[in-house]
Amino acid sequence: MAAQHPDARPSPAPAVGTARAVAPRMGRFAYFAFCAAVFVFLVAPILVIIPLSFNAEPYFTFTEGMLRFDPDAYSLRWYREIIENEAWTGSLVNSLVIGVSATALATVLGTLAALGLASPGVPARRVIMGILISPMVTPVIISAAGMFFFYSNLGLGQTHLGIILAHATLGVPFVVVTVTATLAAFDRNLTRAAASLGAGPWTTFRRVQLPLIAPGVISGALFAFAVSFDEVVVVLFMGGVEQRTIPRQMWSGIREQISPAILAVATFLIVFAALLLVVVAWLRRRAPG
Amino acid sequence: MGGGDRVPQGGGPGGGPGRPGGLRGAIPFRRDQLRALGLVAPLLIFVGVTFIAPLATMLTRSVHDPVVADALPETLALLRDWDGDGLPAEAVYETAARELERLGEERTIGQVAGRVNRVQGGLRSVFTRTVRELADAAPDPAVAAETPWRDALAGIDPAWADPMTWHAVRTTGERFTSRHYLNAVDRERLPDGTIARQPEERRIYLRLFWRTLLVSGTITVLCLLLGYPIAHLIARAPPRRAALLLVLVLVPFWTSLLVRTTSWIVLLQTQGVINDLLVAIGLVSDDGRLAMVYNMTGTIIAMTHVLLPFMVLPLYSVMRGIPPQYMSAAASLGATPVQAFLRVYWPQSLPGVGAGALLVFILSIGFYITPALVGGSDGQLISNMIAYHMQTSLNWGLAGALGGILLVGVLALYLVYDRLVGVERMGLS
Repeated sequence: MAAQHPDARPSPAPAVGTARAVAPRMGRFAYFAFCAAVFVFLVAPILVIIPLSFNAEPYFTFTEGMLRFDPDAYSLRWYREIIENEAWTGSLVNSLVIGVSATALATVLGTLAALGLASPGVPARRVIMGILISPMVTPVIISAAGMFFFYSNLGLGQTHLGIILAHATLGVPFVVVTVTATLAAFDRNLTRAAASLGAGPWTTFRRVQLPLIAPGVISGALFAFAVSFDEVVVVLFMGGVEQRTIPRQMWSGIREQISPAILAVATFLIVFAALLLVVVAWLRRRAPG
Repeated sequence: MGGGDRVPQGGGPGGGPGRPGGLRGAIPFRRDQLRALGLVAPLLIFVGVTFIAPLATMLTRSVHDPVVADALPETLALLRDWDGDGLPAEAVYETAARELERLGEERTIGQVAGRVNRVQGGLRSVFTRTVRELADAAPDPAVAAETPWRDALAGIDPAWADPMTWHAVRTTGERFTSRHYLNAVDRERLPDGTIARQPEERRIYLRLFWRTLLVSGTITVLCLLLGYPIAHLIARAPPRRAALLLVLVLVPFWTSLLVRTTSWIVLLQTQGVINDLLVAIGLVSDDGRLAMVYNMTGTIIAMTHVLLPFMVLPLYSVMRGIPPQYMSAAASLGATPVQAFLRVYWPQSLPGVGAGALLVFILSIGFYITPALVGGSDGQLISNMIAYHMQTSLNWGLAGALGGILLVGVLALYLVYDRLVGVERMGLS
């Protein structure tokens, strides 16, 4: 495990013998090389998708033409295919409708609950928190199986509403966790000051508390949206043809007839993830504390 | 309740100024509490209905199965007097024939036959055929026989003259049953009531549970080996570079799981990028291309990639708090780098190691999507078996039992995690 230790400070032990001086330098080199390799392992599989999605041939690897940067080896055919294919455009609409509705529901309910949980007099806070977080910690296959039975009995199987409710539930913990974290940094004296100046609870919330916790609420909402936008298991169990979302469409694409059109969709999702990451990072910097 | 320490100081928004001190503590306390509960209640009810109730129904299914009990009530009532040795009385046969005939008319025989078949293989066809042929095979009242209905049923299929058939009927006729849980741990209840292991070829679930634990352990160790050095590198880097390196960890974290799984299929398949590369540099021959996907290797590689950020983020947040001076101090006191690492740095990073390892382990034992897509036949985990029983074999009771065991395991690990780290701080920030 010597490789894991970079002796960053060259000062303490100047070389006594050459052998001693070489060993740490080799160790340092091995450490940086190993770290570089791990970063490549993390990012390369995602980046490699992007050029492959411009492949002119229906292959999943770089053709000779692509390696020579021959412009003819690249094309937008897979992008044209997904834009013209109603299965894909329809699934985008479904994903957006379900994602936005589920996020709205999860954000409103989650933020209210986080506000309640943050106030001092809540009984059984830990138990309530445990229940609210349970959808995040339960393996998704178990949640999906249970929801399948229950929602079908209620007549919500194969409906948008059923999936929206299910996705809202899966997104709730993320809203509760992020808003709770923001509220922990919130200075309660501000609400007291507002109250002492004559503001009612609603005015205090709207004019003082909400603007300050807004970054937390928005990042919670983005988390919830990301959960829904990437969720496939619940849709697999509960959704019908009418509820096909992008992940569901990708799932059958991977299982049945894998076509490079999937790589074009994947590229679109990678760009989307990068945007989300930027927004969340920006919000975090604005959050108090 | 009502202890002075829980009273909010100065009163909440509800507590107006200028009230007498005595009342001031009591009223805002209760009103505050009500307001807080009022805010929490909608979500609590929502999660109760959309999540807790569904889980409860699924777990109920694993111990409660009324289909056979409702279908053959009289037969089962008569079977209660059967001693389990030899064949049941003629009355049982007669009642069973009548009730089976009714099931045939109601077209619900399939559900019953399927359930009995799970206890005793081969009974599905016995039941459906019996229902089909019963009308023609009814005993002729003119012919005197001691056991006309037994002879008639055994004439349709000799299985009716086998006590094991009746044992299967009696077992599936229990409204509340432990057989799904026994089945989930490769056990069965024998006719005499004792619990024994399933025959060799039917022991699959315990092995699958062990395989899931083993694979999860392997992935956890791999994530630690890969994640520890880079978390350390990020923690010691100057702020701007650290932020940049952190982005490299967060990009996969935010990228769709399906996208990451697709990438690994593209990279690892026999005609994929990695095999092409290996052939191009001459490490493997063109017909010796490696099978790295649609098997356990694929599952482990892809899941390690997916879960690595969950290891790096908690490690990083702990390592950021370890002052670098400690290592210099150790070095100046004569420790070699290895000694300094093992005796100074590693012990201080242990909370991060524990949090990251526990999180990765918990997430991997419940993983479904990646093994389903890249696992092939030998790279499947327990979640995939649950999905199989949910969607293909339609043995929902067994799916519920396997899910129940998995759920208890995961929740127990989360309780440990909550004690150590706090579920609220889950690698998100």
